[in-house]
Amino acid sequence: MADKGVSVKFLDKPIEADITTDIIYMMCPMHLLTLQEKLKVLKVGQVLAILTDYDGALEDIPAWCVKTGNEFLGIYEDTDHYSFYVRKLKE
Amino acid sequence: METIYLDHMSTNPLNLEVLSAMMPYFKEDFGNPLSTHPIGAKAKEAVENARADVASLIGAKPNEIIFTSSGAEANNLALRGIALARQNQGRHIIVSKIEHHSVLNSARFLEKSGFAVTYLPTDKYGIVDPKTLQKAITKETILISIIHASPEVGTIEPIAELAKIARQNNIIFHTDAVASAGNIPVDVQEFGVDLLSLSAHQFYGPKGAGALYLREGIRIVPLIYGGIQEGGRRAGTENVPAIVGMGKAAELTKKYMDKRIDHIKPLRDKLIAHISKIDNVYLTGHPTERLPGHTSFVVEYIEGESVLLLLASRGIYAASGSACTSKALRASPVLLSLGIPANLAQGSVIFTLGEGTTEQAIDYLIDIFPQIVARLREISPYREGWGEKEVKHV
Repeated sequence: MADKGVSVKFLDKPIEADITTDIIYMMCPMHLLTLQEKLKVLKVGQVLAILTDYDGALEDIPAWCVKTGNEFLGIYEDTDHYSFYVRKLKE
Repeated sequence: METIYLDHMSTNPLNLEVLSAMMPYFKEDFGNPLSTHPIGAKAKEAVENARADVASLIGAKPNEIIFTSSGAEANNLALRGIALARQNQGRHIIVSKIEHHSVLNSARFLEKSGFAVTYLPTDKYGIVDPKTLQKAITKETILISIIHASPEVGTIEPIAELAKIARQNNIIFHTDAVASAGNIPVDVQEFGVDLLSLSAHQFYGPKGAGALYLREGIRIVPLIYGGIQEGGRRAGTENVPAIVGMGKAAELTKKYMDKRIDHIKPLRDKLIAHISKIDNVYLTGHPTERLPGHTSFVVEYIEGESVLLLLASRGIYAASGSACTSKALRASPVLLSLGIPANLAQGSVIFTLGEGTTEQAIDYLIDIFPQIVARLREISPYREGWGEKEVKHV
């Protein structure tokens, strides 16, 4: 579902998140499903961190943020997984 | 001829209330829990209710329950899933020698894949000494799996004590509680375990339904990839009727467990007291720290399979060794690891009692068992020369 032109922004260090969810070893579409579910719990302005080792998320999560109007803050590459940061912008 | 079923460790008859609870999910409520329409939603609700009931039986949170097709699948998922998830932290696993084949063979598979495995010995009753576990731990140890209760000799392990050692060393601890969950109180918080396997048909639920308790926050690599069922940890459209049955069986077990134990424990003790009196017949497993409906013996000079045939001809159905060991017609590895000599281990006979077992049935067995043993010994080719008392330690 990646849209061309969506920038994949890598971060130098992790961001402090309001909710962190660990879905390491879970495959597609758990990253998108988790994103949807957790954003429902988050308040507008809060940040969600998703920890995953699923490569497909590199395209999917930024693209999903563009489509749904949420802010994609970036990716921090850890030793064995990625941390994706998303700020909820609307209910 | 009346049939007397004394093989409850192999499986149990389905509770009729459980069957009634399952029936709608074969027909009118046949939906796929992932479907968003009302028929799917009803199936989803039923699965989630069952999850809550199973969680409640073992003191877990509903989101810590992963439904599987069996206890064996739960054990495979635990061993292989944790080993793969933590292989970067170390590649050493500890299991006991008396594990079920679903744990032992998973450990062997991991061994072939480059992991080191320590197989812990037990004492003559089948108990793992916590000190032995402590000594086996290395910096590379990532997982310890020790069975809660042996289906073959009935012995109950000091699981809380063993799990505590794992926790003190920051090692994941799994227990195979297939033989115990539903038969005796099992509480994951009290035990301090990180993973625990259980199976529905051991507590009057259906076959084809098992579960793995996975403590919240622990990563696991799935065995089966596919859809998002079980939070992506176990793909495949849910066996909704079986899961509903497991939930109902868990609910009923929570309610009736004490009553079941009160019924079968005195019968177990009566059976042990009488059978142990027969010459050269020995109880295997622990005399007191054992499952409430479990009795297991070795009968010298004869083969367990022969005993089973004669018992069956009198309407009594029992077991010998673990189910697959029985089929393979060789001495049980569990009995051998307890230090029982191979010739004696071949005479394994297991009687396991259930809620339907009557005192009359036990009395009948007590009456005919010595006759069967005597008859088989008369024709046994092993009788001569097997009279040495090297087996007295049993």
